[in-house]
Amino acid sequence: MADSFSISDRMSGRRKFLVAVTSVAGGVAGAAIATPFLLSMMPSERAKAAGAPVEVDISKLELGMLLMVEWRGRVVWVLKRTPEMLETLTKIEGELADPGSEKKQQPEYAQNRTRSIKPEILVVEGVCTHLGCSPVFRKDIAPADLGADWQGGFFCPCHGSKFDLAGRVYKSVPAPTNMVVPPHTYLSDNQLLIGSESEGAV
Amino acid sequence: MSNLFNSMIAWVDKRFPLTSNWKAHLSEYYAPKNFNFWYYFGSLALLVLVNQLITGIFLTMNYKPDASLAFSSVEYIMRDVEYGWLIRYMHSTGASMFFVVVYLHMFRGMMYGSYRKPRELLWLVGMGIFFILMSLAFTGYILPWGQMSYWGAQVIVSMFGAIPVVGDTLQQWLLGDFTLSDAALNRFFAYHVVTLPILLVVLVFVHILALHETGSNNPDGIEIKTNKNPKTGIPVDGIPFHPYYTVKDIVGVVVFLIVFCGIIFFAPEMGGYFLEYNNFIPANTLQTPDHIAPVWYFTPYYSMLRAVTVNFLGIDAKLWGVILMAGSVVIFCFLPWLDRSPVKSIRYKGPYFKVALTLFVISFFVLGWLGTKSPTPMYTLLAQIFTVIYFAFFILMPWYSKIDKVKPEPKRLMKE
Repeated sequence: MADSFSISDRMSGRRKFLVAVTSVAGGVAGAAIATPFLLSMMPSERAKAAGAPVEVDISKLELGMLLMVEWRGRVVWVLKRTPEMLETLTKIEGELADPGSEKKQQPEYAQNRTRSIKPEILVVEGVCTHLGCSPVFRKDIAPADLGADWQGGFFCPCHGSKFDLAGRVYKSVPAPTNMVVPPHTYLSDNQLLIGSESEGAV
Repeated sequence: MSNLFNSMIAWVDKRFPLTSNWKAHLSEYYAPKNFNFWYYFGSLALLVLVNQLITGIFLTMNYKPDASLAFSSVEYIMRDVEYGWLIRYMHSTGASMFFVVVYLHMFRGMMYGSYRKPRELLWLVGMGIFFILMSLAFTGYILPWGQMSYWGAQVIVSMFGAIPVVGDTLQQWLLGDFTLSDAALNRFFAYHVVTLPILLVVLVFVHILALHETGSNNPDGIEIKTNKNPKTGIPVDGIPFHPYYTVKDIVGVVVFLIVFCGIIFFAPEMGGYFLEYNNFIPANTLQTPDHIAPVWYFTPYYSMLRAVTVNFLGIDAKLWGVILMAGSVVIFCFLPWLDRSPVKSIRYKGPYFKVALTLFVISFFVLGWLGTKSPTPMYTLLAQIFTVIYFAFFILMPWYSKIDKVKPEPKRLMKE
C-alpha cells in the first residue's frame, strides 16, 4: 500500500532531487516572466527622448526679478540678483550647511560663492532637495514668520526648509543639500540655454 | 412554498456548502455577549468598503486618467453627469469615513488587547488592510490632478528617492518618468481601481476568516471558549452572531448613515479637511501652493516626517524623517509582542498602561493637528516632543506593561 510510506520515504533520493530541480526551474521561470512586467514600468523611450534644452531670453529680466522656466517637466528659476542680495550671501554663510557647495549639486562652473556663471544671474532648479516641493521666493527681509535673521531667500512651504539667494541650504532644516544648478550656458549676453552646456550638443 | 424553498436549499447544499457556511459564520457563530459601542466599527468598515467599491465603479465611467483631461473630467462629473456630484461626494466622504471607522476599530483593539495571543495574525492581517487602505487613499487623491494631488504625490514619491543607493532608480520606476507626469497618473489609476481593491477585498476576507477561527475578543479580554456548556459545546457567554449582532449592527449602520448623509449633503468638503481647497485648482507643475498639508488622516505621520531637522548616527535628516514616518505606521504590527501584561483588557490593566494610552491618543491628535499647520520653529519643536511620546508608547511598552499593577480578570464576562 502506498499509504504506508511515510513522507520522508517518499521524499528520498531521486524524487527529492526532482522536486528540488523542478522548484528551482519554476522559480527561474517566475523571475523571467516578472522581468518584462517590471521593466515596462521604467521611463519609456518617449519619456527618455523628451527633455530638450530650452532657450530663455533674459533681456527683460529686471533686478530682483525671478523668472520661471519649465525644463524636463520641472521648474527652473532665473533670478537676477541685486548687489544688496549678493552681499547677503557672505553675511549668512555661518548658518549654511554647505556654504562652499562641496556636494556635487551643481556643474563645476557654478561651484563658486554665487553658484552661477554670471555673478548676478542665478540659474537653479526650483525644486526642494527634501521632497520635491517648489520653494517660495521670499525676498522680504526679516518677515514675522521667518524671523529677524532672514536675509531673503527661498522657503519651502511643505516642510519648512530654507535656502539662501544662491539656493544654498540652511543648517537644521529637513532638506539635506543645496538646490540643483542645472547645466546651462550663455549663447549671447541675454540668451540663456538651460539643459545643455554647449550650443551644439542638443 | 416553504417546501419548494427547502428543497431548493437542499439542492444547493449537495453542490455547495451554503447552509453549513451560513451556520459557521452567522447563525451558529458564537460571539461574546458583552460587545459594546466599540464593536460597531468592524461592520461599518465593511459597509464603507461596499460604498467605495460601488461608487468607485460609477466614477470610472466618466473619469479620464490623463494629465490633460483628469481635472476637467472630475468637474464634468460634478456639474454635468446626472447625480455625478452625489456619487463623487459619496466616494470622497467614504474615503475619510473609512479612516474614521478604521482608526476607531484599531483603537478598540488597543484598549481591549484584541491583538494579543491567539489573535496576532488577525491583527497583522488588519495592519495589511490598513496599509492597502493608505495606498488606496493616496492613489485616489492623485486622480483629480489638482494642486494638492500633484504636490502631495510629489512629496510621497520623493520619499522613495531618500532611500540610499537605489532611491533614484526606484523613484523613476514608480513614476515611469523622470518627473511626476501623465505616466504616473495613468499607473496610479490602475493601482487605485484594479490592484489595490482586489488586494483589499481578499485581505478583508482573510481577516474575517482569521477572526472566525479564533473567535472575537471582548471588552473583558477573556476567552469565552474556555467555558463551554458541556452538553452543547457552545460557549456559555456566547450568543449567535445572527440575529443578535446583525440586529445590533443595523442600529450602528442607521446612525452611521445619518452622519454620513449629513456630511455628503451639508459639508462634503468638511471645511477643507475631507477635500482640500487647493485641490480645486488644476495641477501647476511650476508652483507649489503656499500651504500644503495632506488630508487629515495622514497628518500625524506627516508631522513626524518633517519633525526631524538634524542629522544623526550618520543618517541625514531627510532619511530619518522617512524612516520615522514609515516606522510610525509599521510599529503597530509589533503590538502583540510588545505588550507583556498578564491581562488583555484596559479594564484590568493598571495605571501605567492607562496613562500611556492616553498620552498616545493625545500625541496622535496633536501631531495630526500640527500636520495641518505650516511649519514654524515652535510647531516643529512641538512635533518633535510628541513624536517622542508617540514612539515611547510602543518602545517602552514591554517595560511598563510588565511592571504595571493589574487587577484580576473575572472568570465569566461581566454584566454591562
